[in-house]
Amino acid sequence: MSDAVLQKPLHATPLHALHLELGAKMVAFAGYDMPVSYPAGILAEHRHCRASAALFDVSHMGQLRLTGPDAARAMESLVPMDVIDLAPGRQRYAFFTNSSGGLLDDLMITRRGPEHGGDLFVVVNAGCKDADTKMMAANIGHRCGVQPLPDRALLALQGPKAATALSQLNDAVLALTFMTGASVTLAGADCFVTRSGYTGEDGFEISVHAEHAVALAKALLELPEVKPAGLGARDTLRLEAGLCLYGHDINETTTPVEAGLTWAIQKVRRAGGGRAGGYPGAATIDRQLASGAATKRVGLVGLERVPVREGAPIVDAKGQKLGVVTSGTLSPSYGEPVAMAYLAVNHALPHHEVYAEVRGKRQPMRVSPMPFVPHRYHRG
Amino acid sequence: MTTMYTDDHEWINIEDHEAATVGITHHAQDALGDVVFVDLPAIGSTFKKGDVAGVVESVKAAADLFMPVTGEVVEVNEALRADPSLANTDPLGNGWFFKVHVTNMGEFDQLMDGPAYDLLVKNS
Repeated sequence: MSDAVLQKPLHATPLHALHLELGAKMVAFAGYDMPVSYPAGILAEHRHCRASAALFDVSHMGQLRLTGPDAARAMESLVPMDVIDLAPGRQRYAFFTNSSGGLLDDLMITRRGPEHGGDLFVVVNAGCKDADTKMMAANIGHRCGVQPLPDRALLALQGPKAATALSQLNDAVLALTFMTGASVTLAGADCFVTRSGYTGEDGFEISVHAEHAVALAKALLELPEVKPAGLGARDTLRLEAGLCLYGHDINETTTPVEAGLTWAIQKVRRAGGGRAGGYPGAATIDRQLASGAATKRVGLVGLERVPVREGAPIVDAKGQKLGVVTSGTLSPSYGEPVAMAYLAVNHALPHHEVYAEVRGKRQPMRVSPMPFVPHRYHRG
Repeated sequence: MTTMYTDDHEWINIEDHEAATVGITHHAQDALGDVVFVDLPAIGSTFKKGDVAGVVESVKAAADLFMPVTGEVVEVNEALRADPSLANTDPLGNGWFFKVHVTNMGEFDQLMDGPAYDLLVKNS
């Protein structure tokens, strides 16, 4: 049988017809038919996000709520984060770990207010949502409600003018600061909005019922500051912002220490803290927190214009392998190649010069701190 | 017919067979998206028809550039190297990639003419 016959049909988000109407180039991603770019193209969409406000459909991602008085404590058995003391209206970055201290997925958790029964609102990656849901149900389903929200869309409005734009629909959003959320009515629909995102810019992620998604998206696109952007720009933006992409920069074989994500592990969950351990791989992670790991995720900037991409080996001047590139592109903001790679720690020093092997040639690169483009979060 | 096409979505203009111009088609640049980098062949290098002569990179991926005919590269487009977006904005004109001295005119006749290429694109 041909591939076309055997291939499972792709899922569509509630905005699928709108993407086609807008002339998007579509691509299969995590089982969904998604817009990779619109007629403006990836570079223009990327630049519009950094200059103004870009609207992304991220409805393919998994949204869930965890309910019941034990939900936070139960979540703490799956993630090395402080969930119990996450105050209502506050959001936190988290990751599920496995028994080797590797990462199963990264996610966002928001403690919501009384209008949602004080639940935990969780957003996980599209490619992991089925596995994550099964894992949560199996491990904590007896302790709290694990309720997927498949009938909700998720829109991301990102950029320095996102707040100006969104406030035209409801100025209540101006009260939000980075990593906080609230229920807000937008274009007549009940939405849950957090001030966060995946671009390094100020911006919002808006959860809305699928039946209102198109009307809301159209209302946002009518605002003078807003233009649509696809997954292509989403990837170049997050890379410039130094943010990991699960399945590429982080996966089941990378620990949070190797990945440089220890900032997300609150002190109370580390060895010596009041609620230390109690999540998979805690022993490995605590050991690495104490004595370091053998490899480290670093940023690399290319000294020549040749893009360096995922899979490119990193070697030293003598050709000895030091590591591998996990993400890379030509930075639309700077015009230089930027990449993330895991390097042996003794080579992971700022300004250290290494080489990426691209098509048989060695391209010089310099270890660089991340983000490559400064974050501009609105901390209030 | 002075311009012929390959099923890799490249064109070759044979007006001057000592320096036949090679580029990518409008369909190719549209499929690629924003071109951000080109790796052009060295002047003086010789290739057989079908050999990989260079690379054209978009934001998302790198694509091989193939030699449409056997020959020696006699000129490359430095303006394109400096501004790869020319491949998007003027693929059939100022976005040309390189020029080749064609050594076997017979190969040229095996390529597609304009109408045949248009049909290929329509059916793809």
